[in-house]
Amino acid sequence: MQRTSDQASDTKRWGAGALVFAALAMVGGMSNAYVISLLTIVLLFTFLGQSWNLMLGIGGQLSIGHALFVGIGAYAVAILNIKYGVTPWIGLLLGAVIAGFVGAVLAWLSFRFEVRGIYFALLTIAAAEFARIMFGGWDYVGGMQGLFYQAPSGTMDLGMLRGDARFYYFVALALAAIGVAGTELISRSYWGYVWRAMRDDDEAARALGVRTFRHKVLVVSISAATAAIGGGVLGLVQGAIFPDSIMGMAISVDVLIGPVVGGLGTAFGPLVGSMAAIPLHHAMGALGDSLGLPGLNSVAYGAVLILVVWFLPDGIWPAIVRLYGAIQLPARGRISQLRKAEE
Amino acid sequence: MTALLEVKNLTKAFVGLVAVNDVSFSLQAGRITALIGPNGAGKTTCFNLVAGALRPTAGQVLFEGGLLEREPPEAVCRMGIARTFQIVRPMKDMSVLENAMVGAFSWTTNVKEARDKAYESLENVGLAGKANARTDQLTLPDRKMLEMAKALSTRPKLLLLDEVMAGLRPTEAAGVVGVLHRLAESGLTILLVEHVMRIVMEVASTVVVLHHGAKIAEGKPSEVVADPAVLESYLGAGFHA
Repeated sequence: MQRTSDQASDTKRWGAGALVFAALAMVGGMSNAYVISLLTIVLLFTFLGQSWNLMLGIGGQLSIGHALFVGIGAYAVAILNIKYGVTPWIGLLLGAVIAGFVGAVLAWLSFRFEVRGIYFALLTIAAAEFARIMFGGWDYVGGMQGLFYQAPSGTMDLGMLRGDARFYYFVALALAAIGVAGTELISRSYWGYVWRAMRDDDEAARALGVRTFRHKVLVVSISAATAAIGGGVLGLVQGAIFPDSIMGMAISVDVLIGPVVGGLGTAFGPLVGSMAAIPLHHAMGALGDSLGLPGLNSVAYGAVLILVVWFLPDGIWPAIVRLYGAIQLPARGRISQLRKAEE
Repeated sequence: MTALLEVKNLTKAFVGLVAVNDVSFSLQAGRITALIGPNGAGKTTCFNLVAGALRPTAGQVLFEGGLLEREPPEAVCRMGIARTFQIVRPMKDMSVLENAMVGAFSWTTNVKEARDKAYESLENVGLAGKANARTDQLTLPDRKMLEMAKALSTRPKLLLLDEVMAGLRPTEAAGVVGVLHRLAESGLTILLVEHVMRIVMEVASTVVVLHHGAKIAEGKPSEVVADPAVLESYLGAGFHA
């Protein structure tokens, strides 16, 4: 009986997800260019947020240097495409492999020598900053001047991943959908269970036979690889990449703001959080510019983070779920369900 | 009768303290053995040495005839030795069922198989009705049972229970005793570290008594409680029954 109720809520979740993405697809068909480009960024950061969420929200490992992996992906696509005319599909694949490898090495070295928790997070910042400075001084990849894609001709070319703003909107939408569905699937897979166990209590998980060392390396590696895919597409959307923008601290923060605001460890959290935070960031940026108050957007980010951590420490999405549950069950239903739980 | 686990001359020294001193005993398959002793006797240290959470200074632990040496806890578990913690440690953001599933992933990667095993483990300890509850909705006795269910899901040959009765009321403890008897009847070997003497008398077929890190007695519960050395360690010198 409990199993059937599981299945019912599964169907509900997948149905709700499908509806949300269908609605987003319709938005892509009608809205103006500004909304399209803003939502493209929102959806890309939903995907990137999922990658980060996988690592902390499910695997329990904190990264504040995800810009490293985003940058690796962006550069892999850009170098191959701009210098050698290779399709971005190959670049995305190669970037994912390289980032996955870099993530695995970083995690292996770190956890091997018992560098954990916040110290591991510091190491990820250091690695990202190291890479940013290295790419900035590397002439082959354009140094600080960066790399520029040719302006798109306007005709859609799926094989070369080139097209107009609307094309990239749908690419970003597809990625976000894959991110949400993937998180849902992974968190209910073998990996998801053991990762959540080691997130909640490493020592207890080991006592139950979970090889936490290899699983930590694995989750960091997969998170890194997926971040690189998001980074590769982000570079294409922006049309140019510079070490300071694609590998800077700001990217690492942008990546984590969605899941933290929306709900850590949840499938929908990064989408909800990105939807809330990124448009606000842009609106405040524009407002700040017109008022002659540069930096207003960063203040807004900070304010949102503080408010969410203070009032909704689990994030926005879990709060919505709780509210919905409270409305759905009439008072008597709630009590009888409590009783059922007691028995 | 075969020994599933043999502890030979086990010693663990911490700085300034020998917590376990040259202790030897063996566990017979399908039996319940209790490790008892007054506070600070070295019971939990001994337990952690067997579970692989601590490394011995000297001595050996043999499991199914093979030497356990420098095995990390996850490897010890995968060999068939499962443990519980004295202070309950549920995975707090996972449901009761999900908690019980984790151990099953030590021998399968199939989620359905793990779920079936988890239901079976919960059934064994009488928690199946609360499978979908959150762990913070459980009472203390239920949490203790969840610890056991988690361990059972790993399909252990040997179950190590660290003070599983501590903090339970007599009626609750009686329930646990019933569970332990059932598990032993199904062929599971159990080692329990226990404080509550009455419980030990009821469940254990063999009792090992530690005092100041050394073994001072071993035998049937009725023999051990009549042993003058044991009485002295618990009640002080000069006490005679």
